[in-house]
Amino acid sequence: MSDTVNETPAQVDLSRPTGKRQMVDNLIRGLVWIAAAVAIVPLFWILGTVVAKGAPLLFTAEPDYTRICAVEAKAPTKEFLDYKRVAASECDKDDTDNAKNIWLSGGKYPGVNEFVAYRPVTPLTKDPNAAASGGGIVIKGREPQAQKQSVVGIPSSDKAGTVRTASADWWTKDQSATDLREVGGGALHSIIGTLELGLITSLIAVPLGILGAIYLVEYARGKGFSKVVSFMVDILTGVPSIVAALFIYAVAITILGGTRSTMASALALVLLMLPTVLRSTEEMLKLVPDSLREASYALGVPKWKTIMNVVLPTARKGILTGIVLGMARVMGETAPLIILLNYGPRLEWNPTSNNMGSLPTQIMGATEVAANYPGAERGWGAALTLILIVMGLNLIARTVGRSKKSR
Amino acid sequence: MTNTEPKTTEAPIDVPAGADTDPTVSPVSEKAAGGSAVATATETTPPLRVTKVAMREPSKAPDKIFSGATLATGIFLVALIGAIFLFLLLTAVGPLSRNEVNFLTSTEWTVTDKRLAFGIAGMLWTTVVSSIIAMCLAVPVAIGVALLITHYSTPAIGRTVGFLVDLLAAVPSVVYGMWGVRVFAPVIQPFSDAVAGSWLGKIPLLAPGLQSSGTVFAAALVLAIMILPIVTALSRDVFEQTPRDHIEAAWALGATKWEMIKTAVLPYGRSGVIAASMLGLGRALGETIAVMLILSTVRKFDWSIFSGGETFASKIATNAGELDSPTKTGAYIAAGLVLFLLTFAVNAIARVVAAGGKAKA
Amino acid sequence: MKINRLAQVAALMAAGALSLTACGGSTETGGTTGGQTTAAETSTAQTSGTDTSAAETSASESQGGGAVEITCPKGKVNGGGSSAQDIAMQALTKAYNTTCNSGQVIYTKSGSGQGIKDFYNKQLQWAGSDSALKDKPNKDKVVESEKVKTRCENNPGWNLPLIVGPVAFAYNIDGVDKLVLTPKVMMEIFNGKITTWDDAQIKALNKDAKLPSDKINVVYRNDESGTTENVAKYLKAAAPDQFTGEPSKEPFAKVGEGKKGTQAVADAVKATKNAFGYMEWKYAKDAQLGVASIDNGQGAVELTAESAAKAMEAAELQADGNDLKVKLKYTDLGEGAYPMVMVTYEIVCSKGLPAEEAALLKDFLLFATSPDAQSKLEDQGYAPLPESLLTKVQTAVKAMA
Repeated sequence: MSDTVNETPAQVDLSRPTGKRQMVDNLIRGLVWIAAAVAIVPLFWILGTVVAKGAPLLFTAEPDYTRICAVEAKAPTKEFLDYKRVAASECDKDDTDNAKNIWLSGGKYPGVNEFVAYRPVTPLTKDPNAAASGGGIVIKGREPQAQKQSVVGIPSSDKAGTVRTASADWWTKDQSATDLREVGGGALHSIIGTLELGLITSLIAVPLGILGAIYLVEYARGKGFSKVVSFMVDILTGVPSIVAALFIYAVAITILGGTRSTMASALALVLLMLPTVLRSTEEMLKLVPDSLREASYALGVPKWKTIMNVVLPTARKGILTGIVLGMARVMGETAPLIILLNYGPRLEWNPTSNNMGSLPTQIMGATEVAANYPGAERGWGAALTLILIVMGLNLIARTVGRSKKSR
Repeated sequence: MTNTEPKTTEAPIDVPAGADTDPTVSPVSEKAAGGSAVATATETTPPLRVTKVAMREPSKAPDKIFSGATLATGIFLVALIGAIFLFLLLTAVGPLSRNEVNFLTSTEWTVTDKRLAFGIAGMLWTTVVSSIIAMCLAVPVAIGVALLITHYSTPAIGRTVGFLVDLLAAVPSVVYGMWGVRVFAPVIQPFSDAVAGSWLGKIPLLAPGLQSSGTVFAAALVLAIMILPIVTALSRDVFEQTPRDHIEAAWALGATKWEMIKTAVLPYGRSGVIAASMLGLGRALGETIAVMLILSTVRKFDWSIFSGGETFASKIATNAGELDSPTKTGAYIAAGLVLFLLTFAVNAIARVVAAGGKAKA
Repeated sequence: MKINRLAQVAALMAAGALSLTACGGSTETGGTTGGQTTAAETSTAQTSGTDTSAAETSASESQGGGAVEITCPKGKVNGGGSSAQDIAMQALTKAYNTTCNSGQVIYTKSGSGQGIKDFYNKQLQWAGSDSALKDKPNKDKVVESEKVKTRCENNPGWNLPLIVGPVAFAYNIDGVDKLVLTPKVMMEIFNGKITTWDDAQIKALNKDAKLPSDKINVVYRNDESGTTENVAKYLKAAAPDQFTGEPSKEPFAKVGEGKKGTQAVADAVKATKNAFGYMEWKYAKDAQLGVASIDNGQGAVELTAESAAKAMEAAELQADGNDLKVKLKYTDLGEGAYPMVMVTYEIVCSKGLPAEEAALLKDFLLFATSPDAQSKLEDQGYAPLPESLLTKVQTAVKAMA
């Protein structure tokens, strides 16, 4: 070192090396901050997209149709009629040749003097208030229900926007009555499906994981067989989710001729959650000091009681953290779900049924329609919901893990 | 392992004052306190049955059941995983034996009634290249962020940055895929086109390939973002554990911050960072949905990262809905097994490196 | 309260009262809504409820044949299979569920083969398939029609054609609104023999268009698809010299890039300049892509609901009682027929389902075969079944037990 430590600092300023060394130091400092920026930018980009597109869905709903007054802007080409929005008063006039009311699907509308491509999207974009065409459908023995008019939003603003109303539909309705290309419904079926899937997976994986960890730490420590078990768990840790799903598919469906169901995908998820739970439980159990165990034995407590009442409670927080983290990981897994579970738009509690909604598959479904359809936007809403659930679980794990130990 | 199971009796005895009153502890543990306790008890209580049953072995049933249960779990785990692999191998062996081309070197993949010729060379290349690019991009950034959190910033900022990077891990991979294909890939496409169109494009690896944005490069970038949180979190843990005295020794010798890190933190943390990188690599190798949504497939295998391709995971996921014959299933399982071997090898390296690092420290 | 507009329209269809009461007889449809005033809007919904009882019977009588009567039974039926008819099925099932508000009909796409399998394994009450049941052993050595017969308690299964889906050949070329292609040229593009848009063969068909000299970017589906199979069948029949190999669910394009799922293909064509690919019509419409007109030997034909329906009229019906198999013709269809259409079937038990399920399924299919429901499918990018075929399908549905 050229600038050596000196009892009489004199001219050497130890905290500020000059010249090349300082340059390098500052350079690295800059690089480190740039690295942080590089890491944070995609985060904000993705989360920004998800929140911007998905958040409105979580607590508002678009009306089925929004009505604006518009004139045809030019002769219709192909099938996309172009209309230009005009002031609402134009439509109140008597001459019906120019301005007329058109109904746009969903809550979106252009501003006055802006254009909109008005294209029929569903059977209903034929004016919902227009008369029916012929060849009707008659429901025997029943009067057609008197239908109330929907919230047909009429924008009060001259600017472009969306008519939305506060609504908890996202959390209380499913998609059984809504097409991917229409607004309406919510994500209840997906939320319940994801939670149910996580629950079933945990019910199987957690006991297995904890018992396995107890075996490794309490009964077989050092024995040869424990090495075998440990090695097997290591293998399981390295199995990618798609291979686990493929295995369950091959066994349950191709060979045994079963069907896709929540149980099948839960089994695949168990394969993924089990090693996490087992390993973290194992680590936590190892951390429990042997002195605690020996004190318990010295007091005459049987081994199993020692484990249940002394060791496990001591490691409880860490085990819980491991379980919650395992659940968070498993809830975000998509591959097993697309292979082993059909997405069903209806709320379904039965885990053996063929169709069940889940947030990841609802998001996948959103990639199957064009990006401006309500179904695609619901995908972003589902993404935000899933992120919130996973974040929530992570926070729980962190809180549990950090809370003061009672001993 | 020593037998630490004590003898207990079931005779209720008045516990003398001052003894441990933990209800889970059997009262007769007071035996350890010596015979005096028993003697005292016998003076004040009716004749105890203690002396008769003191030496009786307690029922070992609960213990046996419990230990049996845990042993059964252990055996079950071994059997389960063994069975999984046996089954996978058996299913794959049939098609492999009838394979008309070399499994490891062919880029063809035809699994039909008429022709059974499947090879993983193309998938292997795309998987490995995309994952390695992802790792090479993510690791330096992760190290930088980890250093920032542990050494370069205030604790408050460090916690915030750490929290934000962990948030990246909470985003499900299907969202990465959706965002990647609809938002991100088109944005970086001009950059890819520029590189491919320049003199660099003469190199086969960087030759122009696709016109759309579904390139291996785009997928690799998204993979890099996906594995960033893992590598960062693990590196951060390792850096935090650098022994204080190493650091202070460096300060004392007048090192700049970077020099301190270079001499104290990085060497200590090297094995941990390598292990973290390996784990990130393993994650990138197995990533399915994001790649499936972003990457376009091409008919003819192409070396270029600006072209399309398929990874093991994306090919299996794309076709998993149509595994209606054991032959087809076997071929895809064979590919899945190769993927598994890759991830297992990478994870094993990570474990070995991490253990070696711990041993050193 | 949010309206259930599907139910509302259905009620309106049943009533036919709106125009009868408000406008005096003529019906208004589509974008020409000028006749409706604001006053009429809010009143229509309420009047529809009260006026229907009288107008119902008159509506069905005055409209003549094709009006269907449904009974809205309770219960739950599940169907699944073909993804090509998924859009139509989602619209139909949801319309039915909300119109009736009693029974639940659910369709889940999973691929034609999977659908048939699930059907004869009793997971589903009917199957949607891109092709009729086969009588010969398939590659799993299974005879589908036999398995279905067993499932239906030894009653034969029926193939009911329900959805006609045209396939569009979409392109994304700046400044080109109309493009004419022949099957031969298209196949050459897919084979990689024609590589640029200003190739002589394409120019010959499009003398007026300003075709760029850029490379054609082909986009195809890389997953197994019934749509691919049908396009392959068409190209093999119409361009036998250019199409090598056998039509199958696997991609046949020799160049270009593959994407998973039709939406991804449409997105890629939309986002990539000079791209070209095939997709169900609806996806091309959604992405606002140009759709090529096909010259099948009798002049260039644009893709419209009418030209697709004409292709169906030229198709051959191989009826065996109520089992209706349609053999599509791909050549010599006559003028004005767009050749690339797919027919998807609903595969049902003629008899043998439990009573409740059978009643609900029958009711739903009746709903789906009403001319009104069929015409509404046009908005979804489908073509309505021709009148004659529709009547036969209705007869078959009514004969279901």
